[in-house]
Amino acid sequence: MDFLRPRTWAEALALKAGRPEATPLQGGTDVMVEINLDKGRPAALLDLTPIPELREWSREGVEIRVGAGVTYSRLIAELGTELPGLAQASRTVGSPQIRNRGTVAGNLGAASPAGDSHPPLLACGAVVEAESVRGTRLIPIGEFYTGVKRNALAPDELIRAVRVPAATGPQYFSKIGTRNAMVIAVCSFAVALHPSGRRVGTGIGSAAPTPRHAPRAEDFASGELDWDGRRPLDPGVARRFGELVAASAAPIDDVRGRAAYRTHALAVMARRALGWAWDDFRGNS
Amino acid sequence: MRVNLTVNGRPMTADDVWEGESLLYVLRERLGLPGAKNACEQGECGSCTVYLDGTPVCACLVAAGQAEGRDVVTVEGLATSGGGPDAGLSDVQRAFVDAGAVQCGFCTPGLVVQAHALLADAEGVPRDADIREALAGNLCRCTGYEKILDAVRLAAARRAGADSGFRT
Ligand SMILES: Cc1cc2nc3c(=O)[nH]c(=O)nc-3n(C[C@H](O)[C@H](O)[C@H](O)COP(=O)(O)OP(=O)(O)OC[C@H]3O[C@@H](n4cnc5c(N)ncnc54)[C@H](O)[C@@H]3O)c2cc1C
Ligand code: FES
Ligand code: FES
Repeated sequence: MDFLRPRTWAEALALKAGRPEATPLQGGTDVMVEINLDKGRPAALLDLTPIPELREWSREGVEIRVGAGVTYSRLIAELGTELPGLAQASRTVGSPQIRNRGTVAGNLGAASPAGDSHPPLLACGAVVEAESVRGTRLIPIGEFYTGVKRNALAPDELIRAVRVPAATGPQYFSKIGTRNAMVIAVCSFAVALHPSGRRVGTGIGSAAPTPRHAPRAEDFASGELDWDGRRPLDPGVARRFGELVAASAAPIDDVRGRAAYRTHALAVMARRALGWAWDDFRGNS
Repeated sequence: MRVNLTVNGRPMTADDVWEGESLLYVLRERLGLPGAKNACEQGECGSCTVYLDGTPVCACLVAAGQAEGRDVVTVEGLATSGGGPDAGLSDVQRAFVDAGAVQCGFCTPGLVVQAHALLADAEGVPRDADIREALAGNLCRCTGYEKILDAVRLAAARRAGADSGFRT
């Protein structure tokens, strides 16, 4: 095994182009588990932690550009206002020690259907900034997940950053697990209100081969909500929204939960999350 | 490969390190520092918790090469830095002993480092919810956690200079 330590981003891209089989290494909270438990031995590790600019985030127009090396802990501490949905999801990841190392870029690299950053990224309409020596590619989040633990990155590409529109309305993340920490989601759900476009964004986790939107639920709620008068959420609308979210999922039975439970739980989480978000929106008028 | 790092304030070098090796293995097997414990090697138990550049992390999930040039503090490093009247034990370690928070002791080094980090950031005695949250990544199979919570409260109260009313 080789251990590659680029000092600069340009060097990292050149190394990845020359060694497309090399495994990028950020916080290591997925990669090192695999190596320690001998579940696979990469030909080479490409350590991205020495590259300073990856650890930065910046505001660029309406977007927050989160560098690939920004940890969950920093996202929670520094971006809770701009990216409330992603910050809430980050708070539920693993434990403090895991959040001190783990990154959204690593979550995207692993592309587990249960990864907690995925639902809020979907609900917010994030874009993955992938880069190689050939140039930069902006991949809409809905096109990023291509299969169970598979993503749209080309072999020579690295994630430079994820671009997430700063919140213009309330956002919520909800996750089912057996305890309050250190838990892989049984299923999860994120909602984001985008009042200027009168749109509701959604993201479903751990209830299909990939994280995914619930498009019919989004269209339904966007049309039903009283964006101008801000009347209270009709319970029937909330319930129907939950049903449509659950209908967008394609869960399986596994060790963490049964498909029928996941479908039920998604409907409940979606109904409640929309209610919390709408109440916040009304309260802030 | 060779890895150079600072551990507990001293520059150290480890040779013949395998590229897939963890910082935990380097500390325990190559640098003679068995304080951080190896239990799960998958980030679940926290018994390997050390400071990396001032931030508590699971040493089992840090690749040895990622520690090149960085600053590591293990539980061994807290014993001398804490000072006080108690023969080299840090105040957090002293509180663990006094509160009866140590049984087999396997989880203790990780919990001591994580509790140390919590108290470094906390003002006064942290709320129970904050202690539980801070220690959520550290498993103990013996104590049932109550005495560990006591230990953290005791250490915090002593730092705040108000330990007289504390009972364990
Ligand atoms: C105890 C424990 C608890 C956990 N709990 C949760 C949880 O609650 N929720 C959750 O979602 N996850 C959880 N995880 C999984 C893991 O922490 C997350 O997936 C995390 O986001 C991974 O980030 P990382 O920086 O550590 O990634 P790494 O392990 O460094 O990398 C993960 C993957 O991404 C690739 N990669 C990393 N950076 C890049 C890049 N810049 N470009 C391209 N590819 C890249 C790597 O090659 C690898 O395939 C847990 C893990 C552990 C060990
Ligand atoms: S040995 Fe590292 S967390 Fe268990
Ligand atoms: S004292 Fe034995 S595991 Fe905690």
